[in-house]
Amino acid sequence: MWKWLNSYADPQRSYNLAGTLLPWFAGLAIALIGVGTIWGLLFAPMDYQQGDSFRIIYIHVPAASMSMAAYMGMATASFIGIVWQIKAADWAAASIAPIGAVMTFIALFTGATWGKPMWGTWWVWDARLTSELVLLFLYLGVIALYASFEDKVLAARAAGILAIVGVINIPIIKYSVEWWSSLHQPATIKITEESTMTGDMLYPLLMNIFGFGMMIGALTLVRFRAEVLARNGMRPWVRELANAEATK
Amino acid sequence: MNRGISYTSAFMTLLKRDLQIAVRHRGDIFNPLLFFIIVVTLFPLGIGPEPNILTRVAPGIIWVAALLASMLSLERLFKADFSDGSLEQMLLSPQPLPILVLAKVLAHWILTGVPLILVSPLLAVLLHLESSSYVALMATLALGTPVLSLLGAIGVALTVGLRKGGVLLTLLILPLYIPVLIFATSAIDAAGMNLPYDGQLAIIGAMLVGSLIMAPFAIGASLRVSTN
Amino acid sequence: MKFDSFADFIDMGGYGFFVWLAYGVTFGCLGILILHSLSQKKKVLTEIAKKMTREDRLKESRGKKS
Repeated sequence: MWKWLNSYADPQRSYNLAGTLLPWFAGLAIALIGVGTIWGLLFAPMDYQQGDSFRIIYIHVPAASMSMAAYMGMATASFIGIVWQIKAADWAAASIAPIGAVMTFIALFTGATWGKPMWGTWWVWDARLTSELVLLFLYLGVIALYASFEDKVLAARAAGILAIVGVINIPIIKYSVEWWSSLHQPATIKITEESTMTGDMLYPLLMNIFGFGMMIGALTLVRFRAEVLARNGMRPWVRELANAEATK
Repeated sequence: MNRGISYTSAFMTLLKRDLQIAVRHRGDIFNPLLFFIIVVTLFPLGIGPEPNILTRVAPGIIWVAALLASMLSLERLFKADFSDGSLEQMLLSPQPLPILVLAKVLAHWILTGVPLILVSPLLAVLLHLESSSYVALMATLALGTPVLSLLGAIGVALTVGLRKGGVLLTLLILPLYIPVLIFATSAIDAAGMNLPYDGQLAIIGAMLVGSLIMAPFAIGASLRVSTN
Repeated sequence: MKFDSFADFIDMGGYGFFVWLAYGVTFGCLGILILHSLSQKKKVLTEIAKKMTREDRLKESRGKKS
């Protein structure tokens, strides 16, 4: 049943597959984010409570949800890489990590710029913000660990173990932080309820969420291709590509 | 395959060996403990000596200091064995690695966790902790520090082969320590207000059981990666 | 169109600074990430090419000696 999957473990095949998939992901991402952002900024109705500041939602929510999805994707790839010894999965995990870290940073930053006009402060120790911050630390740990090994095969193994340990811990951390903030949080600060959004507000948001997903896919493919080339520098087909690049 | 000795005797042999080594280098036991005490004494100097403020922040200070002390001492958990080659002997031995690793972690906890629990009431006095929360402090430390040792050992095992693993270790481990910190300090706070805190203790206990089961395998896998 | 004029659009009902700061930083970060990702392939390939020429030179000098 899984035989067809194994054929994609061959570096050249996965490199070419990533190349054919890339334009689709990139095109969809640009179209969705472009339309979603312009719609959200220009045409979506104003929120009656928050005024125009709510328009930050069109990048904040996609970045936040994708930061978690990217971690899950990275951990899944690491798991496949460790259990079935498929190197292509290790490379995929290594290429997702920096993208996920940037997403997490964007989610935190846009959250802060949204919080300042709404709550009057850049940062509150709210459950969601805190667990997002911890997620950023987990990403940075994986990236730092991957970077500090000379031998990238070992690096991928080590970073993979850490990513999997992190995935087991994420629900515990999330739950504990939520419980902690319900004890400590002053009642004056209240995150706006995910109220019933009108379609005009919701559609651009959904478009941007999918657009961010596609963009992460496209960026992962780009980085994955570079990673495949870097790890297979001794193979003839990579050397041909390098020759073509040098003579250009 | 003939394993030579039983699981139990392998476990006990390694445990005894590690304890013996530590007894011969006493600094390894006392330095983290001293660090713990000094960090805790620095806080009143930084915050100010008002007893009611200190009472409020005491659980957090003691626990954060305990996290740092445990991390400081963990750094050397596998270092000596790695550099003199005995770690590789352990990996090559027919005994299952998780059992050997568990023995090493237990030895580490006996040497650093237990002294920490024993001095903590003294520090609680210095920080004017509520008298009703002493038992909670000891109980959370007793349940929580083994979790710290187990989780931390994963990070140490991942970084043992690297030359400058120290700062990296902090980045890897501290996020994983957060749940323990949250539940432990809230148990102590609850005890200070004469509220029941067995729920928090139960959760820390659950974390201990969970990490006791899973961490040795993760540590073993990480050691195989690092010594490759 | 929910805004009457371009100035209105920039002002964002008084929240202009925050909205544009958020959007600016987001697209700035994404831009850097995209450029960095795209430049990686070229960097890797030129590095491999350099390594190959180095190896060729080594082979040549060894051939002269013997």
